[in-house]
Amino acid sequence: MNLGTRKILDRSFTAVGFGSIAVMGIALLIVLVPIITNGVGSVFFTGTLEHRKMLFNEFGRGNTEELAKENASSEVYRKQIYGMLSAFEAELETMESEKKQDYLSKYGPVKTALQTLIGPLPGEPEAILTRYKYGQTRWGKAEEKLHEFLYETKWDFSNPDAMSKEYFVSRATEFEGTSLVKLFPFVEEHLEDVLRPEFTVYWGFLTDSSVDSHIFGGIWPEIQGTFFLAVGAMLFAFPLGVIAAVYFTEYAREGFFNSILRSANSTLAGVPSIVFGLFGLAFFINTLKVSESKSVLAGSLTLAIMILPTIIRAAEEAILSVPKTYKEASLSLGSTKWNTIMTVILPAALPGIITGGVISLGRAAGETAPIIFTAAVSVGSAIGLADVFSSPTPALSWNIYNLASEHEAAAEIRHVQYGMVLSLVSIVLLLNLSAILLRARISKKLKG
Amino acid sequence: MHMTADAREVSKTASGATATRDIYLPSERKIISGGGTPHVVAKDFSIYYGEFEAVKKVNADILSKYVTAIIGPSGCGKSTYLRAINRMNDLIPSCHTTGALLFDGEDIYGKFTDEVLLRKKIGMVFQKPNPFPKSIFDNIAYGPRLHGINDRKQLSEIVERSLRKAALWDEVSDRLDKNALGLSGGQQQRLCVARTLAVEPEILLLDEPTSALDPKATAKIEDLIQELRGSYTIMIVTHNMQQASRVSDYTMFFYEGVLVEYAPTAQLFTNPKDRMTEDYITGRFS
Ligand SMILES: Nc1ncnc2c1ncn2[C@@H]1O[C@H](COP(=O)(O)OP(=O)(O)OP(=O)(O)O)[C@@H](O)[C@H]1O
Ligand SMILES: [Mg+2]
Repeated sequence: MNLGTRKILDRSFTAVGFGSIAVMGIALLIVLVPIITNGVGSVFFTGTLEHRKMLFNEFGRGNTEELAKENASSEVYRKQIYGMLSAFEAELETMESEKKQDYLSKYGPVKTALQTLIGPLPGEPEAILTRYKYGQTRWGKAEEKLHEFLYETKWDFSNPDAMSKEYFVSRATEFEGTSLVKLFPFVEEHLEDVLRPEFTVYWGFLTDSSVDSHIFGGIWPEIQGTFFLAVGAMLFAFPLGVIAAVYFTEYAREGFFNSILRSANSTLAGVPSIVFGLFGLAFFINTLKVSESKSVLAGSLTLAIMILPTIIRAAEEAILSVPKTYKEASLSLGSTKWNTIMTVILPAALPGIITGGVISLGRAAGETAPIIFTAAVSVGSAIGLADVFSSPTPALSWNIYNLASEHEAAAEIRHVQYGMVLSLVSIVLLLNLSAILLRARISKKLKG
Repeated sequence: MHMTADAREVSKTASGATATRDIYLPSERKIISGGGTPHVVAKDFSIYYGEFEAVKKVNADILSKYVTAIIGPSGCGKSTYLRAINRMNDLIPSCHTTGALLFDGEDIYGKFTDEVLLRKKIGMVFQKPNPFPKSIFDNIAYGPRLHGINDRKQLSEIVERSLRKAALWDEVSDRLDKNALGLSGGQQQRLCVARTLAVEPEILLLDEPTSALDPKATAKIEDLIQELRGSYTIMIVTHNMQQASRVSDYTMFFYEGVLVEYAPTAQLFTNPKDRMTEDYITGRFS
């Protein structure tokens, strides 16, 4: 090959390599940017008076006097709104029956929309679900709901060949000629006076328990559950994995039995995680009966089996990469094999072993399938450490799926979903970061 | 090849030297007066890697408290022979031996020999300096700790004594807690010697201890061997003929696994009995 061709080849390879890295970077950005921006919005957002009321009533947080003052100021405008409603209701009574029926059928949705926006109206029976006790707690959401209050959404089916089209009809025009007409511009103009939006930092999103299935946030049980499950899995898998790796690298003699063990280990690494989930249910819960039904223990054991091959591989690699000369030096000083492993080989292999361990920890924290049948519940309070043997727990990975697909108000709580995703991503990144730092520290100590 | 076969034939018949405490010159079948106690005795001792016989029926006494150099072309089995003495070859699964190798009259490859205890008595320094990635202190204290010494004061004494013996104390006494990998190559190698000495072995096996070092560091190691001669039985593998003649009392010449000639160093270098030895030391082949 001549020099020219070689150079062209080198260049084009560089270009391809650079290109693929760039594509990966862009893909990562496209995924991460919305997660970060939306996820951050679950803690930092413009909160309304309804949010502060909720915090006060449900968690006893906030300043009583301040809240009373705010309430009073909001009440001034609420009174006027309520006044318009009762004026219209009185007007309805004076109408002839047919007209009244017509207006009543339109008035119902207006009241519902208003209630969603600013909270329960006087005279209505008290709501049972917490979510109906408050109006919009987030200003961004309130603006969406204001639109729904002002305009009725209708669908245009006139063209049979195309998809139906969405269009909006102003509710104000529907009540033309009645006293209610004034309500719509009033609410539009004074919504800020009623809801009093304010920049809010809600750390409780991370540290509170959820009220009324995650409508208001509060994902501590999930965070804690994720932590329990991942750490529990590590407690089982890490020592077992390291022991197995030591056996494979230092004790096992090449042979039939050993090659079977090795290929079993590789196969295990390729098994889909849902299979582990089913295995966990069948083996740990139904056969071994480690707990009566789902529990953190059963989930941890299942996750442990799942990450075991990775830990074994990483530890094996790490042990094999320890210079043979260390072992020789130790043995030549009259050390036993066991002692050499414990005092020289494992300490030198530690950075690699830890890296493998933490990567597995991240995987254990993020996996959904293995815990569906063995440990996860969609709603629950944070469990105590003593309950891990018998209680199931919510966990971020499972609840992200649950909130996004099975929750009855999935569309209303996007911010909670994003908040959970960001929390999970942060936890995994934090774990990896700490692994890198720890590894660097140990490596530095080893290198001198 | 004819000569190899011949030499092997000769060495086979030259067994049973222990009683006389003298050295045989295999190619001459003549006993020369060595004047020492045999420390390691090989009797028809062969070492195999699988089918391959890397060291062939060696018969030789290594004398106590003398320095014995092992020379020979690359691949002739010097390291294999040396590593057999403290059973480092056990690490290679395919390696096995025939014949007998005695240490203080006991079979090194005997059924009941404790190789861990053996290695405590027969220390080894390797071609490439191989300190542990630990502090200088912990490197030296590693062996003593293994053998049950945990008292800090006692350990400190051992560390200082060993480092002084290895002529390293003055250079590192102020940084014992620093990582040993921060030392220069020559210092690392002396540290390895000190680490071995800290276990108080009877025999010191050195496998090309200076091949990775510059001349200055090499000179220090050679001085060190001079210092230690008389207190330890020392065996040193070297490719450097000058080094062998400078530091050793006796020299063994191996060729293709056969111990061709074994004689007092001065004699072997000035008046070799074997043509092959002569060719080798005069540099006619290597
Ligand atoms: N682990 C092993 N497996 C198989 N054969 C080996 C092994 N180690 C060494 N040998 C062979 O045994 C013979 C002797 O090797 P040895 O390392 O003892 O030579 P040496 O004299 O020390 O050489 P050098 O001067 O290059 O260090 C060589 O032919 C080598 O190829
Ligand atoms: Mg060698």
